[in-house]
Amino acid sequence: MLQIMEGSHAVAEAVRLCRPEVVSAYPITPQTHIVERLAEMVADGDLDGEYICVESEFSALSSCIGASAAGSRVYSATTSQGLAFMAEVVFNAAGMRQPIIMTIANRALGAPLNIWNDQQDSLFLRDSGWMQFYAEDAQEATDLHFLAYKVAERHDILLPAFVCFDGFILSHTFEPVDIPTQEEIDAYLPAFNPYQRLDAKKPMSFGMYATPDYYQEFRYEINAAMTRAKDAIRETGKEFGEMFGRDYSGLVEGYRLEDADTAIVALGSICGTIKDAIDEMRDAGEKVGLLKIRSFRPFPAEEIKEALKGVSQVAVLEKNINIGSRMLGAVGLEVKDAVYKSGIPVYSYVGGLGGRDIRKKDIKQLVDWAREGRNDCFFGLREEVL
Amino acid sequence: MSCDEKTCEFFEPGHRACGGCGPALAARLITRATGENTIIVASTGCMEVFSTPYPETAWKTPWIHSLFQNAAAVASGVEASIKRQGRDEKVVVIAGDGATFDIGILCISGAFERGHDITYICYDNEAYMNTGIQRSGATPYDASTTTSPAGKYSTGNQRPKKDLPAILAAHGSPYVATTSIATPKDLMDKVTRAINTEGPCYIQVHTPCCTGWGFDGAKTMEIGKMALDCGLWANFEMVDGEIVKSRKVKRVPVEDYLKSQKRFRHLFKPQPNEAEIAKIQAIADRNAEKYGIDIKPKK
Ligand SMILES: Cc1ncc(C[n+]2csc(CCOP(=O)(O)OP(=O)(O)O)c2C)c(N)n1
Ligand code: SF4
Repeated sequence: MLQIMEGSHAVAEAVRLCRPEVVSAYPITPQTHIVERLAEMVADGDLDGEYICVESEFSALSSCIGASAAGSRVYSATTSQGLAFMAEVVFNAAGMRQPIIMTIANRALGAPLNIWNDQQDSLFLRDSGWMQFYAEDAQEATDLHFLAYKVAERHDILLPAFVCFDGFILSHTFEPVDIPTQEEIDAYLPAFNPYQRLDAKKPMSFGMYATPDYYQEFRYEINAAMTRAKDAIRETGKEFGEMFGRDYSGLVEGYRLEDADTAIVALGSICGTIKDAIDEMRDAGEKVGLLKIRSFRPFPAEEIKEALKGVSQVAVLEKNINIGSRMLGAVGLEVKDAVYKSGIPVYSYVGGLGGRDIRKKDIKQLVDWAREGRNDCFFGLREEVL
Repeated sequence: MSCDEKTCEFFEPGHRACGGCGPALAARLITRATGENTIIVASTGCMEVFSTPYPETAWKTPWIHSLFQNAAAVASGVEASIKRQGRDEKVVVIAGDGATFDIGILCISGAFERGHDITYICYDNEAYMNTGIQRSGATPYDASTTTSPAGKYSTGNQRPKKDLPAILAAHGSPYVATTSIATPKDLMDKVTRAINTEGPCYIQVHTPCCTGWGFDGAKTMEIGKMALDCGLWANFEMVDGEIVKSRKVKRVPVEDYLKSQKRFRHLFKPQPNEAEIAKIQAIADRNAEKYGIDIKPKK
């Protein structure tokens, strides 16, 4: 049933339906409404799980590792400074192969202190071994949690995942969302079945140390699991589509891409604005399309290559900056690599940092820039303060 | 897995600790007391490294290590999870003094304030040994370490040992105790009491480290005993924040203890540094008063 809900509350509902047994999180804007709602659910008995009220993000994710290793489905949420504070544990959770799901309400990193949206926080952890999914709207943010648990807990994957959705733009906005029933989610997402767990009846050591004789193999295995995750996402996304009518089998999604000469590539909520801008440009006879990347890790290079086959240039809209790199943004760098052999030029345009508004006119400008072959640059800069 | 309590070991030989390692001995005594129905949570440090070089492990009960500073938080999660599953294993942290006194104190404070039913055991070898003998908040006054070296203008570590038992007792811990590998029965009894006390309990075990302190590995027990005898280490118990029991000794001056280890060698070269030795003696005297360890002469 469609209900008008705040994005954060839709996410909290999704989490509740996944039946996490242990929730451990620390408040930070704009993630706060999710964890407050979950705490309420636990207090009211609507969520039958343990809520650990930790003293920091560092302990939030650390306790998730402990609870997951002991055999429980676990959940956390954070953003920005919280995620950076956790960074050491982020790598460790992936290395220990714990299928933890964590919502990231994307926000800029300081300094200067800024609570508004961009995607620097999750993208800087792209090599941590976590899957990273990006939602365009509240519905997708909701659904990606079901998918994320299902993929992460598969015994051939066992990787943690971020479900990223743009802070404020999605977390604090009301939208109609279709929340599945508990029966439906129970049918889609089976109870957690840990591959191994801490158990006195079957003692095992977890998180040992490994010398150069073994360490590299662990990294190899994580990477192999991440590669396998592509098929796992396709399968579970298709299954979700069959059950709920919303198909997530693609790691990317094209919008009016057939016959486009210029493609815009982006992650997250900005894709909505881009679609509107494209509709207007199409009405004016311009051949423009969008390629939305839903899964940044694993990175779907083949799909991207296939989807961008016919275009003449690609404009990547980046809400992050790859400081000191030749290519300005992290997404552009990978897209460029994906289409490398085709010779299609890929331009990376950085904007919307720290919550700066991106408008349809900006998107039209980027298309023009790409057609002019204008290389990596910022857009929307306030020249007068520079 | 079941076994006869007297012969069963849950910490097996064949690990890579130095011969005469105090912490290795502590691990063996602790796990004998905790028994088979226990999940151990560890921190990064000597013990983790010498006991679990993949694919080998010395631990016969379930064991988990995640990072240097998060053992108390990992244990919080383990406890929440097994509570939720209706399981009854004991959750026991075994972590070094660096992990406990310094970098991990935020996680410990959080776990204790939340009241998780865990027993946190710090094996206190009084420095960071795994990274090559650097000072920690548990390093005693005047000990020379690689980051508090004695030199022309320094007599070694210039800060007194942080009073962690008091800090954790102030968190409302129902049971806080100190013990030593030199008093094995006391150690095992206290561990048994802690795991059977509901709520977050803390035990600090004095574990001489032959390599870091500079003494012959055959003398570990002897050195531990000397620390107790001079009063630089006191074995005591706190229940609900009050000191209720201490091990009494007929105290001897601190000199022999200091002379027995290279970390204090600078206090005697070229001749005894009377002023500094007096300061250390004063620390032992304060311990004696605070914990009531002196045997009073019979009237
Ligand atoms: C965040 C972080 N900083 C530093 C280190 C390096 N490190 C590993 S073990 C250790 C010292 C451990 O000391 P302690 O807890 O006293 O245990 P011990 O080695 O003495 O047994 C240090 C500094 C680390 N692993 N992680
Ligand atoms: S350095 Fe010290 S603590 Fe580490 S293994 Fe050797 S004796 Fe044990």
